[in-house]
Amino acid sequence: MGEPYLSDGVDFGDVLLAGGKALVAFVVLLISVMLMVWFERKVVSRLQNRIGPNIAGPFGLFQTLADGIKLFFKEDSNPAKSDPFVFKLAPYLSLIPAFLTFAIVPIAGDFNDGNRGKVTMFGRETFLQVADVPIGVLLFLAMSSIGVYGIMLAGWSSGSKYPLMGSVRATAQAISYEAALGLSLASVILLSGSLSTNEIVNVQADVGYAGFIPNWHILTSAIVPFVVFLIAGTAELNRPPFDLVEAEQELVGGFHTEYSSISFALFFLAEFMNTVTMGAIIVTLFFGGPAGPDFGLLPGWLWGFVWFFLKLIVFLFIFVWFRATLPRLRYDQLMDLGWKVLIPLSLAWLLVLGGLRLSSPDNGNISLRFIDNDSANSFVFVGFVFIVLLAGSILLSLAITTARDERLEASGLVSVPVEEEED
Amino acid sequence: MGYLAGFPVTLKKWFEGVNTKNYLGGKGGKSDIKAPKPERLHGRHVLNKYEDGMEKCIGCELCAGVCPANCIYVRGEDNPVSDPKSPGERFGFVYEINYLRCIHCDLCVEACPTEAITETKLFEFSFTDRKSAIYTKDELLVDDEGKPQELPWEDWREGEDKDTSGWMRATAPNGDKNYQGLAAWSGELGHGVRKPEVGQSGSSTPSSHGSTMGSPSDQDQDGSNNG
Repeated sequence: MGEPYLSDGVDFGDVLLAGGKALVAFVVLLISVMLMVWFERKVVSRLQNRIGPNIAGPFGLFQTLADGIKLFFKEDSNPAKSDPFVFKLAPYLSLIPAFLTFAIVPIAGDFNDGNRGKVTMFGRETFLQVADVPIGVLLFLAMSSIGVYGIMLAGWSSGSKYPLMGSVRATAQAISYEAALGLSLASVILLSGSLSTNEIVNVQADVGYAGFIPNWHILTSAIVPFVVFLIAGTAELNRPPFDLVEAEQELVGGFHTEYSSISFALFFLAEFMNTVTMGAIIVTLFFGGPAGPDFGLLPGWLWGFVWFFLKLIVFLFIFVWFRATLPRLRYDQLMDLGWKVLIPLSLAWLLVLGGLRLSSPDNGNISLRFIDNDSANSFVFVGFVFIVLLAGSILLSLAITTARDERLEASGLVSVPVEEEED
Repeated sequence: MGYLAGFPVTLKKWFEGVNTKNYLGGKGGKSDIKAPKPERLHGRHVLNKYEDGMEKCIGCELCAGVCPANCIYVRGEDNPVSDPKSPGERFGFVYEINYLRCIHCDLCVEACPTEAITETKLFEFSFTDRKSAIYTKDELLVDDEGKPQELPWEDWREGEDKDTSGWMRATAPNGDKNYQGLAAWSGELGHGVRKPEVGQSGSSTPSSHGSTMGSPSDQDQDGSNNG
């Protein structure tokens, strides 16, 4: 567990290696953001029968660069009623967590034949990620929470109405969806038995069912946690259809209404960096990250990168596809989806997976024993689970409808049937 | 599932191809493509001449009077007897259009009694100061072949100097169906008498006594003037 090169004490070379990896990741992330903005604009254009950016550079590749230069040279204004310190702090508060989250993503490495993704660099064995933090996945949750502080404080310190409304929405949205995000994440942690991202990938690199189906967590956790994570992750990113925080039509850009120049560019950067990172996290947690077959020709660790990159592109496309397809949710729809669908669903699924693990004969030590036959035990358990889930969902929907009826009655919004006059 | 029904719709758009053109803002080159322009597009103005080379403008200032943006400034003067500029008594001595104000409504074109001012299909021209936004007679007048002057800061493309009087003809009195096939306008330098508009009465074939200047294909770019 943890980085292998740190196991025998830390010397100057270790520090250099860590610093070098951080620097490379920083540059890679910046370039990937530039390409992501271009990718998003190009793809969303094609999904709307348009061409998209085509002037700056070949195929408009340098459009982001041109935008960045434009933003950099604009005047950095500071609203009169703003809180100057917090106002300046907020963009960095949302940018730095976006960088830090990427540190736990294994972007390459050979995970075949029990290699565990190790490569030897400068005589030291290491993983191709900035740091294999033993609490890796928790770091991701912590950083995505802190990133919300950036948005919240930006809106609060602007001294303006619309940004404040945007930041209030951001807070409520983050609270609602982080619970679902964490619960669906817990399913993955349960299956892999570790918080370390390297270990999570390692578990998924194992030979799966029937020898050819990959041992990815999306399959071993039966898809539901993945769907919940994808939806909650999109909400966490404040991307459409969950971009109520920015909501151009209602809030004039929401939390960043008062921002201009480089401060705005930093928010923009953080947003797209988070998108890339969230895609990478999904790939790591549910799709085996860099784990994939090695077809020769390239060194093993590079195949890891190829697989990681291909999987990442798919998710970035899906995020853009969301944006091109789905209209923005209303605020009450957002809350309904978060609290009444995603959280109960991920909670129930976590309990199912946990129970299955306890009753499974693969576990060696069966704690949940209904009947003596080991392999039949799981089936009995599954049947039992479905009865419980059915009862639970009926109770939940009953509670929701009863609560809604009482609320409507109390507020006098229930339409009293009026006898229609015949004419 | 209503939520998911939209996804195939947007994905299908990818395979439908694009409706926009790969316009590079006048960079030129083969990949810089502009959308075809309608025949009556309102662009930058020209001052036309008669087929004998005389200026059509008589300096009556009707265009300046009708202009809702007050962008036209005209001064008329008596024609010099030895060297008349226009066939009438007076000619446009000063003619200026301020393109920072012009809204390209073409009311000046409709107001002009001699069809002197019409519009080309050029709209890409830019200036770096207010003074050069004012086009004078030197820039607006057509050249000796009846073509609009192609000024260095303008991005002229194929076909933009054709049919400069499209809107004038469309709004001329013979838009009435009784005048179908009659050309009620004077000839233009380089173009002759433009062919009449067709299709006012619902039939797209012009009547027999119509002018035969030019074939339908070189005046009708995309068939948009048919009824």
